[in-house]
Amino acid sequence: MRKTLLESLTHGSLTEPAPAPDESALAELATKVDRAAQARLGRSLAIREVDAGSCNGCELEIHALSNAFYDIERFGLRFVASPRHADVLLVTGPVTKNMRQALERTYNATPDPKWVVAVGGCAIDGGIFRGSYACVGGVSETVPVDLHIKGCPPSPTDLLKGLLALLEHVSGKR
Amino acid sequence: MGILDSIPHVNAVSSHRPWPRAVVTEAGWQAAIDRLVGGGLTLLGFWGEPAAVHLAMLDGGSAEIAVVTYACTAGTFPSVASSHPPALRLERTIHDLFGLVPTVAGDLRPWLDHYVWGKSYPLSGRNASRDVQPYQFLPAEGEALHQVAVGPVHAGIIEPGHFRFTANGEHVVRLEQWLGYTHKGIESLMQGASLEAAAKLANRTSGDSAVAYAFAFARAAEAALDIEVPRRATCLRALMAELERLANHFGDIGAICNDASFALMHAQTGILRERTLRAADAAFGHRLMMDVVVPGGVARDIAPDGIPALRTLLAEIKKVFPRLIELYDNTASLQDRTVTTGIVKADYARQFGAGGYVGRASGRNFDARRTLAYAPYDQLSFEVPVLEAGDVNARVWIRIREVEQSVELIAQILDLMEPGEIRTALPAGRGACEGLALTEAFRGDVLVWLRLDGELRVERCHLRDASWFQWPLLETAIEGNIIADFPLCNKSFNCSYSGADL
Repeated sequence: MRKTLLESLTHGSLTEPAPAPDESALAELATKVDRAAQARLGRSLAIREVDAGSCNGCELEIHALSNAFYDIERFGLRFVASPRHADVLLVTGPVTKNMRQALERTYNATPDPKWVVAVGGCAIDGGIFRGSYACVGGVSETVPVDLHIKGCPPSPTDLLKGLLALLEHVSGKR
Repeated sequence: MGILDSIPHVNAVSSHRPWPRAVVTEAGWQAAIDRLVGGGLTLLGFWGEPAAVHLAMLDGGSAEIAVVTYACTAGTFPSVASSHPPALRLERTIHDLFGLVPTVAGDLRPWLDHYVWGKSYPLSGRNASRDVQPYQFLPAEGEALHQVAVGPVHAGIIEPGHFRFTANGEHVVRLEQWLGYTHKGIESLMQGASLEAAAKLANRTSGDSAVAYAFAFARAAEAALDIEVPRRATCLRALMAELERLANHFGDIGAICNDASFALMHAQTGILRERTLRAADAAFGHRLMMDVVVPGGVARDIAPDGIPALRTLLAEIKKVFPRLIELYDNTASLQDRTVTTGIVKADYARQFGAGGYVGRASGRNFDARRTLAYAPYDQLSFEVPVLEAGDVNARVWIRIREVEQSVELIAQILDLMEPGEIRTALPAGRGACEGLALTEAFRGDVLVWLRLDGELRVERCHLRDASWFQWPLLETAIEGNIIADFPLCNKSFNCSYSGADL
């Protein structure tokens, strides 16, 4: 164990420089997010992830945000275990009908001010599962969405760009 | 002797490949059930159609497979689950989707149907509706028992499902799962879809096994159409399948240790996982390698800088991973959590036909890559690790050994691969045909059965994840353990929710 720890100290950091916030995300947010809410939060957001029926591909890439390369916590972004501790709901999947009520209840359990970020092609409009008897199709058909991050699944860099845009916007920098 | 020799059947379906499918009467159906109960055959799959049910079975000794079909003329079929428990959730699913009723049904509670679809029996083609009843969990009786309800939304970044624990103090007396939350209706979306569109759905049945699903789907379609794919394409498919296995095993080994509060391992394997996904992206243009394996071959060849990227990855793994194995093996506080925790009995692993590390950590010597030896694994040399202990520790060790094997396999494939075609054109107008295929995903065997119409469209497709036969064993593994060890046991199984909910 000592060797592994020592090497971590002597070798350079793997963590990569932050990508620039996504411009289209900033544009989407500018029209949606309440300015008054921005002042209430500093440069820190607590995120609650909700899988609303995804194939689990998005979850894998959201997980990757915490590895040494992306290190999401350096930006003041962190994942929390309860919606009651969250500022942001990160929602994936085509919202299966079997998950709709759970998503609504999670949303209602999240205190204001709050933001909803829909992640992945399915979360935008149901994606390839659109039209199924078992899917609602798109997160915005169940709860209001402030930001969409595209991709199937979006790469960790794409996720980071979107979340950094949200952070900048919330902290009133833009 | 073939499996069907001992099962009386009416006629064999000629267009079903590569293994036989036969229509049976009640006597034949019962004979098949008896052989499953007796342990001579292992249940591989059990699925429905509007007026028929199919059973796929494996003879582990001879590596033969056969499918038997029972025509449900009265909308009923003789129950399999009432004498063979591994079929239970599949039988409940057949009832949910097709409205077919097992005779002598013990447990017909809904499984996927949570009464919110707006219709009952969605694949039956009928407009019947079902009585809505509140879901009843199985009882546990005794003094001082209490229940803990968890989910569907869990604390971590994981998929949704409901766990109902009954505990006596800290000790779990009964765990009952209720899943189906991620049911997307994949099999209904596949009906009438083009092969291309259906393959996309197969890729997204369980995102962590995108390659394994695409591989199984493609092979089932190729078996149905009776075509061969170019040698280079099979090599590229295996290359992707092993990269997917590496990425998932790295993720799992770290996540299991993390659930025992040993974050160092999680950080280190997280680096290896990320490097694997980046190499996959460099080689195949997508981190999870979705939509690269297609019926007929592969959609694109490996990128020119993909091969050096993979060689660099292998060198890095060979340098770092042995140190991590040593770290795992020499950390007593970690071993204290994993050794003797969450034991799966060998009898259960055999009875349920548990695939992957769940089966192989409990003495079940089955790996579709070796037992069924599909291309290109018939040309590659590798070992299949098997352990007997059946605990969390054994499931970690199976993964560790499989990482080593996958590294060797990737090196072999890179050496073996020759230039050539990567795709065979699909022949149209061959008439209706059926195919069955299994591939070994990182968590176990994936089964795909499909029937194509004459126009290269999917008429019916069934996808069966390894998780179907692993989830029930998690219920047995946690019994007598403390609730606080559940995350550890659960992570050591890492069953798919999406793959089993479909």
